[in-house]
Order: sequence, then C-alpha cells, then structure tokens
Amino acid sequence: MKKVAVVGVGETKFSGPQTKTEVELFAEAATEAIAESNLKPKDIKALYIGNALGDFEEGQGMLQAYAAENIGCMYVPANRYEGACASASMAVRDAFIWVASGYYDIVVAGGVERAATMGTGLATRTFAMFSDARYEYPAGVTFPAVFAMLTHLYADTYKIPLQKLREQMAKVTIQSYKHGSINPKAQFFGKNADMTVEKVLGSFVVCTPLTLHDCCPFSDGAAAVVLASEDVAKKLTKKPVYITGIGQASCGPLINQKDYLPRIRAREISSQQAYKMAGLKPKDIDLCELHDCFSIASLIAAESLGFFDYGKAGDAWEKGEADIGGKVAINPSGGLKSKGHPIGATGAGQVYEIAKQLREEVEAGRQVPDAKIGMTDTLGGDGGTLVNMIFERGW
Amino acid sequence: MEQKLYFKDYNEALKQNKILGLKCRACGAITVPPKMACRQCTSPDMEVIEVKSNGKIRTFTTVFVGAEGRESEVPYIIVIVELEEGPWIMGNLEGVDPKTASMELIGKKVKMGNKVFPGDKYSAGEGARPLFSLVN
Repeated sequence: MKKVAVVGVGETKFSGPQTKTEVELFAEAATEAIAESNLKPKDIKALYIGNALGDFEEGQGMLQAYAAENIGCMYVPANRYEGACASASMAVRDAFIWVASGYYDIVVAGGVERAATMGTGLATRTFAMFSDARYEYPAGVTFPAVFAMLTHLYADTYKIPLQKLREQMAKVTIQSYKHGSINPKAQFFGKNADMTVEKVLGSFVVCTPLTLHDCCPFSDGAAAVVLASEDVAKKLTKKPVYITGIGQASCGPLINQKDYLPRIRAREISSQQAYKMAGLKPKDIDLCELHDCFSIASLIAAESLGFFDYGKAGDAWEKGEADIGGKVAINPSGGLKSKGHPIGATGAGQVYEIAKQLREEVEAGRQVPDAKIGMTDTLGGDGGTLVNMIFERGW
Repeated sequence: MEQKLYFKDYNEALKQNKILGLKCRACGAITVPPKMACRQCTSPDMEVIEVKSNGKIRTFTTVFVGAEGRESEVPYIIVIVELEEGPWIMGNLEGVDPKTASMELIGKKVKMGNKVFPGDKYSAGEGARPLFSLVN
C-alpha cells in the first residue's frame, strides 16, 4: 500500500442561502485545491464528491459528472457519495484507498451542499430522511430531536443534573463561536463572539432542551482536497500532509443502537480502526475537527474518540481541556456550529482545516501551536455512518 | 431469501395496537422492528411473535420546529420507550402537556395505542407509530 498525502486544499466560504449553484460552488473549491497542488485539471485521474441532498436543493442529481466537466476534468470517472453529513469524508476515505492501492496517483475528493437554500421547512424534512423512514419518521423525528433525546439520555445515564449539563453544553457553543468568529471561511465569521451561557440557554427552543444556539446552522458551501501518492506528492509540495489512519463504520436506526447509547458504537469502531492504522492513541492527537452538529454532539464525540472519560467531557470543556492549549484542541475552525455545516461538504471542510493547521496557515488567534497530528470525525445520520481520519505532517 | 416479517405486516399490526417482533431460534433475542438478521447474533432463523407493548420511557423531547408538512403538529413529545421484553421503540406521548415535559418522564411506565402518519410526497405511503400514554 502506498503512502497518500493531501497536497492541496480548497474551500468556499460556508454561508447561509446564496446564489451560486452546487456545481459552481464545488468548482470554486476544487480549482483552488488543484491550483494549490501545482496541478492542472488534466492531471486528475478521478473525482469523488460528497453530496447528500442535491436532488432536493436544486433538482440536480448526478452532479459529480457535471462538476467534473465544469472544472475541465474531462471524461474522468466521477463518483457521488451519500452518507448524510459524513458524505465528503466517505469520498476522501475512498479516494485515499484508491490512491493507496496504486490504481490512481492523483484524485480530487470533496463535497458540496446547499442546505440553507432549501429553507428551514424542507431542510428539516430532508435531514429527517437520515433517520429511519418507516420506524422513526412517523413519530415526527427531526435531527435536533435525535440529539435532544440523546441529551436527556446522557443526563440520565451519567446522572448529571440537566441544568448543569445545559450550562456545560453552552460552554461548547461559546468555544465554537469564539473560533468561528475569527475564521473568514466560517458562516458566523465576525459574529457571536460575545455569546454567554445566559444567551445560549435563553434563546429559542428548537427541541427541548436544545436551543437555537445548541444547534448548527443550515449551510451552503463546498470543500475539496487533492490526494496524491507519496512519490507524486514529494514533487508537488514541500508540505505534504499524510493520511496515516482511516476508519469507517455503519449502524442501523437510533433505536437499534440501544445497547450503547448515548455512546455511538460506530464511532468507537471507526476511530479505533484509524488509531490502530496510524499506530497512535487519543493522547497523541494535537487537534481534532469533530462532528459538533449540536453542542451535546461534541461531548458524545469527544468521549467516543477517547479524549475524555464517558460522562466527563462537559467538565473538560469547562476547564479548557478541549480548547487550544488544552489536552486536545477541538474544532479550532469553529466546527459545524460556527464554521457551518453544508452537510455533503463538511468532512472535506474538516480535512481542509487540519491541513491548514498542520501547515500553520490559519489566523493567529485560532492556530494550534506546533500542531503535528490532526484528526477528523464525521457522523452521518444518527450514528448510521461514521468516518475518522488521522493526518500527520510530512516534513 | 424472504424476510420473516415485513414492514407492511408490522404496520398493519401496529394499527391494531399490537407490536410484532422476531424471536431468534438460535439465541433467543427479540428483534423489533423487523429486519432480516437477528439484532444480537445476525441469524436469519427467527419466528414472528407478538411482543408486549408496555414499557418505560428511556428518553424524550418536545419538538417545537417541525418538518415541512408537519408544522401544525408542534409542539409534540417524542419518546423512546424500552419495551418490557427489551427492544427500544420510538413513538409519541399523549396526555402530558408538551410544554411542561421534563426529566421526570424518564423511567415512567407507559401503555401503547397508535396514530397513523398519513404520509407525504416522499414517504411511499402511510406509517403508524406508537402513541404512548402514562400508566397511572
């Protein structure tokens, strides 16, 4: 198996509803990544794109083929990945495997979404399609409802008073907003830096106990990365970011995960695959872009990834252990809650952030000092798809 | 291979306030809702049984933002109930004011009726869901 590096990354600004089409958004991110890699579109052997809901957002299916043609990657194989919010991470992971196998030497992987363009009603309906359509949606489940129920279950399981847990979750939100407010690519760039616990708890209730500020926004945006085999990567860049561990796991409906909830078992299996492959442990990770679609999701993720003990992640956030300068810097980009969550692009956006952090190219106020090892964590559905990847400096 | 119990028959039973499940002949585990392989040992060798529909609430939420087409239903309470024989099932809770639903609901015993979601343009038809109420 060949070593595989990220040699270039690109990303649009993540935003609310905007006018660029999905193909245009993806093209913007992909051409940035290709140019940064000192490559031309003709050098790309295949294109892997995450896109969850393009059919509903624009009435556009099979956008991967149109995207390939749009950017000048003529006649290359182009594949679309649909794994709800983990779609782009699936694309990057598969691109890794194909390059590692030696079949392709240079592949572009990424994702695009216009979830915000759908508006709240249709976005809420279509996001609910990632719960079980037959055995869960009839009860009116929505995505916030899933994580709202996990919040109550978490409080009951670990015997944490709900009010205390809500305050800890507010600290997660405040940290995310702090970093996102100085990330120019973030949906909430320049916003929410003055958030307080009181403001989080007092905002509009979406699904008890989650308020608006416990939830990520609906977002439009795209991200893309270029992966190349080691021999090619060394010719293209002085700072190749190697993918040294990957993992992916799947699971059934939320109710079928009862033996582990509020732990997400698929995440434990996926991340353990990645750690084993990289020969690393959670304590070795300098920064992690994890799937904080809701504030409670950060706590659940950080525990399943092995950063903190079960039921203790809230304490860790309160002590600053999950921030820059702590045990592990979680979501210095602002994460899904502040950078934004264009679901089919989110995983590639996480890889974009890790690559920029390891190259020390982000704004000073959110740069993780001496970051050498980064990790991504992307969740699709209510635990149905989990992807983890570990990245290390190649210089 | 034919699945032992399909959604259609499960749904028809639920509309009669009955929960059909699958009991594994290999390991004895009960699988609800229906699927091809046993939830515990993955054997397909299972028989259809009726599962007791009473249980206790494991978690809940009150939904204030509904999906397109279901805006008029809010606020409503979703519960996950652990049935007496072990499986978890998702449904709604009636008889409790959604605006006052609190952590005290967790652990409460419930009995089951049903309510049919008539379906929308995406859902390939209707689907019943459990409609629980507290046991006094």
